[in-house]
Amino acid sequence: MSDVAARVKKIVVEHLSVEESKVTDNASFIDDLGADSLDTVELVMAFEEEFGIEIPDDAAENIQTFGDAVKFISEAS
Amino acid sequence: MSNNLMTGKRGLIMGLANDKSIAWGIAKALGDAGAELAFSYQGDALKKRVEPLAASLGSDIVLPCDVGDEASIDALFDSLKEKWGTLDFVVHAIGFSDKNELRGRYVDTSRANFTLSMDISVYSFTAVVQRAEKMMNKGGSCLTLTYYGAERVMPHYNVMGVAKAALEASVRYLAEDLGKDGIRVNAISAGPIKTLAASGIGDFRYIMKWNEYNSPLRRNVTIEDVGGSALYLLSDLGSGTTGEVLHVDAGYHVVGMKAVDAPDITKG
Repeated sequence: MSDVAARVKKIVVEHLSVEESKVTDNASFIDDLGADSLDTVELVMAFEEEFGIEIPDDAAENIQTFGDAVKFISEAS
Repeated sequence: MSNNLMTGKRGLIMGLANDKSIAWGIAKALGDAGAELAFSYQGDALKKRVEPLAASLGSDIVLPCDVGDEASIDALFDSLKEKWGTLDFVVHAIGFSDKNELRGRYVDTSRANFTLSMDISVYSFTAVVQRAEKMMNKGGSCLTLTYYGAERVMPHYNVMGVAKAALEASVRYLAEDLGKDGIRVNAISAGPIKTLAASGIGDFRYIMKWNEYNSPLRRNVTIEDVGGSALYLLSDLGSGTTGEVLHVDAGYHVVGMKAVDAPDITKG
């Protein structure tokens, strides 16, 4: 697992209080990990802070799974 | 930073969302100063966020309130009256606008969103103060939050700027109405802070960079900065101040042009 993936996973596990094993590439924040709409905004804010990047609204809307997040952040940072 | 400035005082915090909220910076400052706090939230998504934060400050009074609904506001204050009888302060950290209209041009604002933004961001404070007044003794203090976009044009702030201007005007009228009873009404105009609500504003990161480079203090403000100023206005330290819009913005509101030493920044 890449360094980015490990850092993203840590944020997701802590924020959503889910088991690490459930945070797989295809795991949807809302459908599989129990996130509500505010969680998704808070996660994006946490990613921005952790990686010092800006995730625009239209990109944020496309980040629906753990894999989406890792891919976007890897390309942006 | 513990003190006893709020010992024996009870108050309501409205509009807390999470630990990045300006309302949280204020609640912490008040709690550390000995205040007894109650919180209101709208909807279950916020309830689950507010409860643990309230508990961490020793508060178990967490009540629902939809400020767009008169009966809901009445119910909130009825519950508070039953629990406490009297109230010493209220913090109103609530606003709303369709985020699709917080980018682009103000001139394109729809009537529906204009009306909704004014209702939730402006009238709700008056509605809350209306109820709070009846429970407050001399020395009561009401506080709302505003932004410099009320006074000057800021990119993307649009209808919220217009709403905040109306909110600041209502602070002055409320101050006059309640002043005879020794109740104060003020606003804090905070510099940009990255909160959940701010995530709805276009190019927010750019706005924060600009403030950091161009404010006299050459930094952005924190929720702790706002908390300290709120403590002043809500405690007896601020006993002679009412109708005021206090800028907690690292001094940005006095600046007339870009700082000579500020780097040129491009979007992003």
